[in-house]
Amino acid sequence: METGISRQDMDQVTEGTAVRNAAGEPEWTGLPPGLLRMRRMLLVVWLGLLTLTVGLLPGLLAGPVWAAFAALPLALMAWGWRMLGRNWRSWRYAERADDLLISRGVLWHEQTVVPYGRMQLVEVTSGPVERRFGLASVQLHTAAAATDATIPGLDPAEAERLRDRLTELGEARSAGL
Amino acid sequence: MPGAENGVRSENAGRKAQGAVQEPEGAGASVRGGAIREQGEAVVEQDEAVVEQDEAVVERRLHPVTPLRRAWAPIAVLVGWALHDPDQTQRQLSRMTTTTLLIVLAVIVPVAALYGFLTWWFTHYAVTGTELRIRTGLLFRRTAHIRLERIQAVDVNRPLLARVAGVAKLRLDVVGAEEKDELAFLGEREARALRAELLARAAGFAPETAHEVGEAPAHDMLRVPPRVLALSLVLTGATWGTLLAALVVPPLLWWATGNVWTVLATAIPLVGSAGAAGVGRFVGEYDWTVSESPDGLRIDHGLLDRSHETVPPGRVQTVRIVEPLLWRRRGWVRVELDVAGSENSLLVPVAPREIAEAVVARVLPGVTVPRGASLSRPPRRAGRRLPLWWRGHGLAVTDAVFMARHGLLRRTLALVPHAKVQSVRLTQGPWQRLLRLADVHVDTGADGTVTARLRDADEAAALLRAQAERSRTGRRDARPDRWMA
Repeated sequence: METGISRQDMDQVTEGTAVRNAAGEPEWTGLPPGLLRMRRMLLVVWLGLLTLTVGLLPGLLAGPVWAAFAALPLALMAWGWRMLGRNWRSWRYAERADDLLISRGVLWHEQTVVPYGRMQLVEVTSGPVERRFGLASVQLHTAAAATDATIPGLDPAEAERLRDRLTELGEARSAGL
Repeated sequence: MPGAENGVRSENAGRKAQGAVQEPEGAGASVRGGAIREQGEAVVEQDEAVVEQDEAVVERRLHPVTPLRRAWAPIAVLVGWALHDPDQTQRQLSRMTTTTLLIVLAVIVPVAALYGFLTWWFTHYAVTGTELRIRTGLLFRRTAHIRLERIQAVDVNRPLLARVAGVAKLRLDVVGAEEKDELAFLGEREARALRAELLARAAGFAPETAHEVGEAPAHDMLRVPPRVLALSLVLTGATWGTLLAALVVPPLLWWATGNVWTVLATAIPLVGSAGAAGVGRFVGEYDWTVSESPDGLRIDHGLLDRSHETVPPGRVQTVRIVEPLLWRRRGWVRVELDVAGSENSLLVPVAPREIAEAVVARVLPGVTVPRGASLSRPPRRAGRRLPLWWRGHGLAVTDAVFMARHGLLRRTLALVPHAKVQSVRLTQGPWQRLLRLADVHVDTGADGTVTARLRDADEAAALLRAQAERSRTGRRDARPDRWMA
């Protein structure tokens, strides 16, 4: 029963993608904001600690003027805050009829295409910090080690849906080496 | 087939878990004993006995000279220990009298001999309907099950001493295995027969007929004359580079430090690498013969150690045609390969272009290697990203392969069949974005990546999509893995 439903879904998606392909651009999906929140929080925590140390230590030992050094990590934090935002916005993926597209990076832009038939293994991982923020990443493995297809910071439910769908499509179009 | 399998293994039924690749067999070795030993001997006498499938699987032993192959190991350990700590060795030796030495020898030699004999005695191999089974181990038993359809290639190696003794080593390339599995040593005729049988099975022949197929007939496609090989090495930069380094660096070091040990420590590896680059390559690639046969391309080579390798068609992931600067006037090229799960990477050490292309056409059917002019160069502005060298880059895509060339002096043209592409990537750095350029990478299963660098950004994006499409559909037209079935 379940497979029947999902196949229908699949067909709909396939049709939809085909229509969009005719229009040119595939349907991109961005990442949920959880990843950005997590990265920004980590940035603030680490650079905040650094700011405190850099500000307090010279300030207490050598005189209050030296505490101005704390501006350096603060500036870094502001810059990193923006960069993380840009980087997060650049991450996106698209499930097309026959392959998965992953696009990422601002300065160093990279776009990866993995045909479903070449996938050997789909992995869902979630570290302790990621779990705290309710995030999971999906990683695709092909026979080539150079294939670097990871989608980080997904909602766990979405990650599992993606894994199941990719596995199903991979089986249907399996080709191996 | 499972029924027959069970019948075959009735003597150790219940202890063998099907599908396990390796399994320790601790208990019950003595139970198995007698029956198999007799079978084994029976076959050694008959040599190439043709066994009906219904009969029991025949376990065979390796060639009786095998125990000698590790005879040098204890001596090597002693020498290594002596070199490691020369002072103490001298003290120990001076303390020992001749009698103690003799006693030690009298103990070590028989123990080593017994060990060698026992390991040989307890090593068996057998070809069953679906797998090659190798059982080894005296105390810790280990059984390797090598599934026949996962065998990529079988090489017959004959090191110098083995050639004298008339034996050969069989090396198996298996998908997903890190190292080659070895069967060493077998009688020369036996090794060839087993190799032919394994390849015939891996290629999809039925077990009943695989014995009779024998070694598929081959006809020579290419033979590299020693003179050409020597000349090609003389015209290779690496030979001179290493030689120059070996001649220049040690005297410089001597002048700078005046320390004998430092000089020796750098000179020995340098001289070694110079020797490997020149003489070593000559000895290894001597009398390189490529011949064509139904089970793939055969490669025979070696002056002292003879090797007999097979490149199965349909499993080649990348072909690289290398053209060093000094070879270009003579029109010579070198052809290298990436095969999944295989270490063999050289197809042709040196050959005229036309002949090499004929060999490539055999490995990648329906592919014609393009001339330099038919490759499309990156746009002119790529020169600002990579001055001069941008001219060396080129790209061509046909119905069958993706081709990318790089290098200005030493040109390398890499060909990837569309069916072997695992993923396609497009990358663009900041400087490239400014010039509207991008790189397209094609990843293959043998952990290789072929890159078309510095393409126009729009062209690269189109190429990315088109290449993904081609690699997906390319699989459908590809030849089956069981290429003779």
